[in-house]
Amino acid sequence: MNYFPDEVIEHIFDFIASHKDRNSISLVSKSWHKIERSSRKRVFIGNCYAINPERLIERFPSLRSLTLKGKPHFADFNLVPHEWGGFVHPWIDALAKARVGLEELRLKRMVVSDESLELLSRSFASFKSLVLVSCEGFTTDGLASVAANCRHLRELDLQENEIEDHRGQWLNCFPETSTALTSLNFSCLKGETNLSALERLVARSPNLESLKVNRAVPLDALTRLMSCAPQLVDLGVGSYENEPDQESFVKLMDAIKKCTSLRSLSGFSEVAPLCLTAFYPVCQNLISLNLSYAAEIQGNHLVRFIQFCKRLQRLWILDSIGDKGLEVVASTCKELQELRVFPSDLHEEEDNDTAVTEIGLVAISAGCPKLHSILYFCKQMTNAALITVAKNCPNFIRFRLCILEPNKPDHTTSQSLDEGFGAIVQACKGLRRLSVSGLLTDKVFLYIGMYAEQLEMLSIAFAGDTDKGMLYVLNGCKKMRKLEIRDSPFGNAALLADVDKYRTMRSLWMSSCEVTLGGCKRLARNAPWLNVEIINENENENDDLMERNEEDEREKVDRLYLYRTVVGARKDAPPCVTIL
Amino acid sequence: MENVGVCDEFVNLKATELRLGLPGTEDEKQKVSCGKSNKRALPETEKDIESTGKTETASPPKAQIVGWPPVRSYRKNSIQTKKNEAEGQGMYVKVSMDGAPYLRKIDLTMYKQYPELMKSLENMFKFSVGEYFEREGYKGSDFVPTYEDKDGDWMLVGDVPWEMFVSSCKRLRIMKGSEAKGLGCGV
Repeated sequence: MNYFPDEVIEHIFDFIASHKDRNSISLVSKSWHKIERSSRKRVFIGNCYAINPERLIERFPSLRSLTLKGKPHFADFNLVPHEWGGFVHPWIDALAKARVGLEELRLKRMVVSDESLELLSRSFASFKSLVLVSCEGFTTDGLASVAANCRHLRELDLQENEIEDHRGQWLNCFPETSTALTSLNFSCLKGETNLSALERLVARSPNLESLKVNRAVPLDALTRLMSCAPQLVDLGVGSYENEPDQESFVKLMDAIKKCTSLRSLSGFSEVAPLCLTAFYPVCQNLISLNLSYAAEIQGNHLVRFIQFCKRLQRLWILDSIGDKGLEVVASTCKELQELRVFPSDLHEEEDNDTAVTEIGLVAISAGCPKLHSILYFCKQMTNAALITVAKNCPNFIRFRLCILEPNKPDHTTSQSLDEGFGAIVQACKGLRRLSVSGLLTDKVFLYIGMYAEQLEMLSIAFAGDTDKGMLYVLNGCKKMRKLEIRDSPFGNAALLADVDKYRTMRSLWMSSCEVTLGGCKRLARNAPWLNVEIINENENENDDLMERNEEDEREKVDRLYLYRTVVGARKDAPPCVTIL
Repeated sequence: MENVGVCDEFVNLKATELRLGLPGTEDEKQKVSCGKSNKRALPETEKDIESTGKTETASPPKAQIVGWPPVRSYRKNSIQTKKNEAEGQGMYVKVSMDGAPYLRKIDLTMYKQYPELMKSLENMFKFSVGEYFEREGYKGSDFVPTYEDKDGDWMLVGDVPWEMFVSSCKRLRIMKGSEAKGLGCGV
């Protein structure tokens, strides 16, 4: 029995926002479960195939905000066929039919069609916010529907999607009465933009705080936009490879000076050095800076910019900044929490000394005490450096290191990097996400299993020697949710050792490993609550996958993706996917 | 993961043979066809290979591995777009030199023949290539100019007619020291 009436309990629950906490609340008692589910507004579904829309709606009729993720993470690197799945349409369809009062939809790695967007725009009168990350399958026509029909749209945030740009007039489709926009991001569109429509839209959106334009917005247009939106907090600019003339430069500087609220800067897919200097006035207030698309800009210009950014908390940059540049970052950005250093040259120029090494990483770890999240692409690493980094920064939550050459050992000792990563997991007791690289034996996984108690996501590539490696991880990391492995010698013994472990995990990905068809079939038999998917690009091989004889059972599986689900095998799998 | 047999250097005469391509970059196919380089490694080195369980990769060029490095396609494509756009005007290729801290870019269409190109490179990197001999490569210097062609092979600059070079050159590398000896300097 509850001490308080249901309304009071519901009110208390309103203060609990985190999904994990709300899930815990719902397990306390039947009564709490009922109150929680009827009052739940925001739902996060990490794998769109773990549940279906009907059950979602049944449990959470008051749903306002839905987050869905589709394809597995390695789809980002072309390891998952385009037609694999992750279609949002059934979800929108079901929500529309059930007249759910949807206000916010956030999708990641899903397939979205113009029809879906059209349906979305017509079905939810209070719809306010659409965030699409790494999605594909739609065009600017779909955006036009959203612009035209979502009367209360506040946020349209398109991040790194593959959108077919029909160079149409989608921006024109925002009605004149649309004045509620707070966030507009169309940086990933490749085509021309209707500049006058954009300017009018921005001019009539006094609450606009975040604006990220695409490459095709020239400097003079940007200047005008900034002039009529000096309240901007977050700005993404276009591409400016030519130096501005004197007059344009002065106008730009004036406009920038008025934007005193600017805290976050991105875009810059090309930026001439002089142009960059126009933004110096905002440096001192910047909290977030993303220059990771500015491939042609030289390190020294980057450094000159960053040395004014004393309040920076988040920095995304290219490795053209070099170790020296990172040393400047380390001495300037004492508030830095998150750093991402991307490779500027994917062809691995062997003697390109302008890339970054362990020196830059150590410098950052020494200079930035608040650093908790890092993604670092580099050409070499040493155990000594990693051990130092671990000592300097025990607060890492996310640590992703990618040494560009697979299997590369410690370049000073020629040994594996087991000890280095071991030091990281031992020191960083709160580590939740880890990506390892370089030459690694089973030992590194022994360390991970032993020390990485909070680890939820682990990415492994070209590492390990035997099944023991994978077993250390599966047995040791109690909080593991997502494990993704490629090109590593783990096989059936590791896969099958503890089937129940997969109940506690969202998913497992294994590609170019040693698991065989027979092993996967056995797993599927022992765990009917799992979808065990075999992905094979070659369709002919898949035809008789289920009727293979004994010999073929020993055939290695190219790509395996398994995930827990309460709704059984999905019906929308393409021919290249077999669900065992 | 398959182990790659490493050629026994005492028996394999290929190491001393003059050829185009960096030492140690023969692939499996070539080994099988020439018949004499299918030797496995000496016992100690073999153990190393087995304990790491991985393919020993020699110096460049490497095969393109699908999905590696793990950079989002969106990001990869946007870098590629820029490269293509840049290469629209002129034939820009990157030039690196062993030991030099910076990479340079040059426009091959600015030159009419090899001597001009060589002079420009020598000025750029402050070195000298020595004299080119048709059969023996470059003599008189530790530096050897090489380039990567469309097929990913590393070639000596000067071996093919100029026009062929301009149309097939993807990037230049001025090698130095021992690696250079295997490739371009007369033995």
